[in-house]
Amino acid sequence: MRFTLNGRPVDVAAPPMARLLDVLRQECGLTGTKEGCGEGECGACTVLVDGEPVCACLVPVAQVADCEVLTIEGLGGDHVMQHAFVAEGAAQCGICTPGMLLTALTIPPGASIEEVRATLAGNLCRCTGYEAIYRAVMRVVTPALQPTGKFKAISRE
Amino acid sequence: MAYVGQNVERKDSQAKVTGAAIYADDLTFPGMLYGRTIRSEIAAGRITGISHDLERDGFTVVTAADIPGRNAIELIEYDQPCLATDRVNHVAEPILLIAHPDRAALWKAQVDVSCEPEDPLFDPRLSQRVFKHVRITKGDLDGGFAAADVVVEGEYRTGHQEHIYIETNGVIAVPENGGITLYGSMQCPFYVHKALQCLLDWPDERVRVVQTETGGGFGGKEEYPSMIAAHAALLALKSQRPVKLIYDRVEDMLATTKRHPSIVRHRTGVTRDGRITAMDIDILMDGGAYVTLSPVVLSRGAIHSTGPYRCDNVRISGRTVFTNTPPNGAFRGFGAPQTQFAAEVHMERIAEMLRMSSVDLRRRNALRPGDTTATGQLLKDDCSALEVLERALARSDYEAKRAAYRGTGRGVGLALFFHGAGFTGGGEVRLASRAAVELTRTGARVLVGSTEIGQGTRTMHAQIVADALGLPFDAIDVSPADTAAVPDSGPTVASRTCMVVGRILQRCAEEIRERLGELTPAQYIDAHGPLVVVKEYEGPSGIVWDDDTYRGDAYAAYAWACDVAEVEIDPDSFAVRPLRITAVQDIGKAIHPILVAGQIEGGTAQGVGYALIEHVVMRDGAMANATLTNYTIPTTLDTPVIDVEIVERPCDYGPFGAKGVGELPIDGPAPAIVNAIRHAGYDVRDIPVLPEHVETLECASR
Repeated sequence: MRFTLNGRPVDVAAPPMARLLDVLRQECGLTGTKEGCGEGECGACTVLVDGEPVCACLVPVAQVADCEVLTIEGLGGDHVMQHAFVAEGAAQCGICTPGMLLTALTIPPGASIEEVRATLAGNLCRCTGYEAIYRAVMRVVTPALQPTGKFKAISRE
Repeated sequence: MAYVGQNVERKDSQAKVTGAAIYADDLTFPGMLYGRTIRSEIAAGRITGISHDLERDGFTVVTAADIPGRNAIELIEYDQPCLATDRVNHVAEPILLIAHPDRAALWKAQVDVSCEPEDPLFDPRLSQRVFKHVRITKGDLDGGFAAADVVVEGEYRTGHQEHIYIETNGVIAVPENGGITLYGSMQCPFYVHKALQCLLDWPDERVRVVQTETGGGFGGKEEYPSMIAAHAALLALKSQRPVKLIYDRVEDMLATTKRHPSIVRHRTGVTRDGRITAMDIDILMDGGAYVTLSPVVLSRGAIHSTGPYRCDNVRISGRTVFTNTPPNGAFRGFGAPQTQFAAEVHMERIAEMLRMSSVDLRRRNALRPGDTTATGQLLKDDCSALEVLERALARSDYEAKRAAYRGTGRGVGLALFFHGAGFTGGGEVRLASRAAVELTRTGARVLVGSTEIGQGTRTMHAQIVADALGLPFDAIDVSPADTAAVPDSGPTVASRTCMVVGRILQRCAEEIRERLGELTPAQYIDAHGPLVVVKEYEGPSGIVWDDDTYRGDAYAAYAWACDVAEVEIDPDSFAVRPLRITAVQDIGKAIHPILVAGQIEGGTAQGVGYALIEHVVMRDGAMANATLTNYTIPTTLDTPVIDVEIVERPCDYGPFGAKGVGELPIDGPAPAIVNAIRHAGYDVRDIPVLPEHVETLECASR
């Protein structure tokens, strides 16, 4: 079973109905994709398949044959959305962060706060109340609408 | 202060935004087995037999007979067994442990547990077994009622709440060096350390506990990880292989602790002009099948049950009792959200009875510097109840909305509340927490048993140490929470990690700074050798508490807050949609404003769930909706706009004036929302407020 993982071709031995989540974590050794519920409710296992956010716990690996799969590891560490999450304190415990970040990447420039909320509705976060996540995403997609002035963003040393 | 008060970059943020942070389930060890817990399917009964063929199929099987020490999870009492032997007291009680290299085989394994069921007890009002009874008295209750013009009574109820940390519980046990090492998701490594010594009858050096990156706790990883670690350790010792025991979501929801359901009754005497003359409060909390932390949850709940109001004549009677349900335990707020829900909804009803504004009623009775609480604690200048009330009214434009929303299906309501930081009463003295700072060649290292569970412990502690030492933030490392490497700083609970542990660290760093003099750390180490300063908790002077009478200074400091909630009620579905919550919260000093705002925003959202969405359905003693599909927490579409204002009225004890912030934010949203629903015309006294409850009220009123 072949697909493209974070820009590189991979060939996995897992049976076709294996959960993409397990293939990524166990066979590919990429543990950045997290399991929160195993039933597609929490979104912690979100990865992008051909640019679309999916719950890797619900997707059999056969379904991504010949697709492009992006996990958090594929972002490197220098993506503008990652910088925004750091600056706004949008990652607290961090367990929802990989999935949340990947879903956030699908939000188009110029999005309104309502569009941001709607897009992130499948990713649960129990720490932030989502406010810091909105500040981070808006900082990237629609800086003009970012609610600013309340809490000065995190400064690097 | 170069770093305190600044939004420096979190120590853990790079690892968390790149997926590099390692949580328990991300770890594997060579030869590792997977563990599974066989649990009771009935709520009460005698175990009459256990049969299986698992050893033949290569499983490791552990029963209570394999426990070398005491078959108990050490906490306040020793009543909760690690594995049930002759009887079970709740659904999902652990009975047998199995482990196997193949996960699929593990879940196919058949174990037959035969039981003789007994009649279970589910209703706490019928329970005769009282785990703890707290009584607080002040003044002359009868005299207080005699001075009242009006007496207002009411009963208020709150349900279970499940933590829903997005990372489920899990521990890996690794037998090594003649001892055992536990890696896991937890708030309190030293609780686990202590529990395992008791279970294994081993000296402390043979047990090592290392916290892995922890995906949320909220109290849910305070005591229960000791149970999971005990199970993983027994399997690992029997098999002599590493054993990973990670709960899936269903098991986590069925088996682990939840917030205590409560029934709180108020009888309040008040004069016609709104002065409270007497408060008689009765609290009942459902403890579940074992004691766990119920006595201290009740204690905090009782102390906070008056709300932030002065009254000379008070009687509080609180009980937490046994039922045949999974034990309830620590959850952010620890009893105070339940009792302050009742207090604040009751205040609204008192104002209605008096036909006065509930804001004026609160203004009249709010605690002020120089007042005493129900336990007789004299409040100092940082008592800011009135200030947060006025600021919240102004910031939310409360009075204008109160008028404008009338008759529109919208409502606006408020809650004034407080939260004591640190262990209750003499708890901190008994804990005698220790923390240390070690000089490194380039700066210093923080050594604490306090855990990072998302709230920002590592970052906040490093800021305090950096400023106390006069060194750059980046020169301060923070050691992992590893019981072999750090002193026991007490549990990471009770809004104590900044105020109490941060203060000890500040004292360590101040001593190092004095010893350094003009030398750099490297010069000091070259001249004098390594330097580690360890300090123990020192109580603030003048703090006195009597555990027998429940009189005195219950907490070293209180944080104060006011939430204003705005809601809209759907006329067709009766769903309550929260629109906006204005949260004005005095936490003494914001060491890191973004972290503080994160606690307030997150705690507020969790409180919104508690008020409106999170409904644990108990059927035959078990959670019937133990999946995230059926027990939902607020999503981005369920959370209101949360507008936070941080107020800083420093206390003279915490580092740089800081009080606690972890729990405070969850005390207010539920009563503020219910008071907003009341403003919209519905007399709600129980949470969660589901659409069917509002509909029932609507139908009754037609």
